Amino acid sequence: MARPPSRRPGHNRKAQYSLFASYVVAVTGAVVGLLLVVVAIFDPTGFAAIRAGTAELTRPVSTGLRHMVGGVASIDEVLAAYWRAGSQNVALRRQVEADRNRIIEAKGIAQENARLKKLLKLVDEDQSELLAARLISSSASSARRFARLNAGNWQGVKAGMPVRAPEGLIGRVFTTTPNTAEVLLLTDGSNIVPVRRTNGNIPAISTGLGDGTLEIRALSAGRNPFKPGDLLVTSGIGGIYQPNIPVAVVVRVQGEIAYGVPLANPSRVDAVVVERAFEQVVTRSEAEAAAPLEGPAADDATAP
Amino acid sequence: MIDRHLHHATKLGRHPSNFRLNGTPVITVLLGSMVTALPVIAQFPSMPPFGLLILLAWRLMRPELWRAWIGLPLALFDDMLSGQPIGSAMCLWTLMLIGIDAVEHRMVWRGYRQDWLIAAVAIIFCLAGGAFFVHITGGAPIKLILVAPQMLWTILLFPYIVRQCAGIDRWRVMA
Repeated sequence: MARPPSRRPGHNRKAQYSLFASYVVAVTGAVVGLLLVVVAIFDPTGFAAIRAGTAELTRPVSTGLRHMVGGVASIDEVLAAYWRAGSQNVALRRQVEADRNRIIEAKGIAQENARLKKLLKLVDEDQSELLAARLISSSASSARRFARLNAGNWQGVKAGMPVRAPEGLIGRVFTTTPNTAEVLLLTDGSNIVPVRRTNGNIPAISTGLGDGTLEIRALSAGRNPFKPGDLLVTSGIGGIYQPNIPVAVVVRVQGEIAYGVPLANPSRVDAVVVERAFEQVVTRSEAEAAAPLEGPAADDATAP
Repeated sequence: MIDRHLHHATKLGRHPSNFRLNGTPVITVLLGSMVTALPVIAQFPSMPPFGLLILLAWRLMRPELWRAWIGLPLALFDDMLSGQPIGSAMCLWTLMLIGIDAVEHRMVWRGYRQDWLIAAVAIIFCLAGGAFFVHITGGAPIKLILVAPQMLWTILLFPYIVRQCAGIDRWRVMA
């Protein structure tokens, strides 16, 4: 095939101007686009309002399809459950019996905990859960890791609120529209979470790598304290995330950096819980409440 | 009727409506951008940018259809849905279309392979540029290995998309 006919309009002045004007518009538009990106460097959530329209428009579609896909996606699990169902049943029964004792122990510990807290006059307000919702779609074609939540402003979701699943932390709310919210997933490059190792209480910082894994850097100097299999939970330092939400498990250690995999897979969790942003609060008894709260008081709140 | 493809011959003399002629390509590109609304929670950039693919297919199949500025409104819509910073696709798609305009006439011969080559370069440019914009607006550092699989299957998907667009085009110009 020969090349397509030339775009040059020949001697027609009007056509020439029209073609020239189209390029002027295109170049100007490209420059405007570049400027918008530059603005986004300084104000990442600045143009969230523009997205509200499309987010609201696609929400019913995504929600409707989510129900269908949920059924399809779980078919393999259902089929796999039949595989070795008998031996699995026995193993699970033993597991339940073992767990029952643990639960009774845990209940006892929880009661004791509450009693000790009362002695310390610590009031642990656990009204952190705001609502449960579903993740309905995501930025699958972009290098950012956003997921769209099926609840927004009108349901009380606000930017900065942490989002978690029963298995672990999912991320935090980035922007909201009336009925949807963008969740910045744990694996996004700009999501930094203060964590600690469950045994040994080693503080660390988890940063997303954008490919489904996390980069974990210990805050302590010296050699890397992590080894594969270490469990990481949120430390609650700096607010936003409640302490002790499971975050990740370390899978690989390389020099100063440990690589982890999130415990909650956003594509498999059924529903997620939006929590209120965590603040370290201590309520003292009336006598002490009269006096102004001192700084060190806040440190006590992290201790269980 | 001997050949069912001759079926439309009975409608000779009629013209398709203006909306069908001009609106169909735009609507297909918008629908392509809306594919991100599917309930897939991706762990890494895995979905091909369908809006970009369909735009490229129309541009290479019908060079006379659009001027270069068409990238602006279509890309703005794509930016609103894709999760990229707003302006990213506006800049990249328009530069890509201007680039295709500039390159097209330097090629002496044009065919299926040349179209695919142009599309491959355009896709690599847009995806790498998108990763760069994500990096400067606060995302992860650029690792081309992260977007390389997406580039690969986007390029491999291009001939299929062109074929679908050709099918739609056939319907579009038939009254």
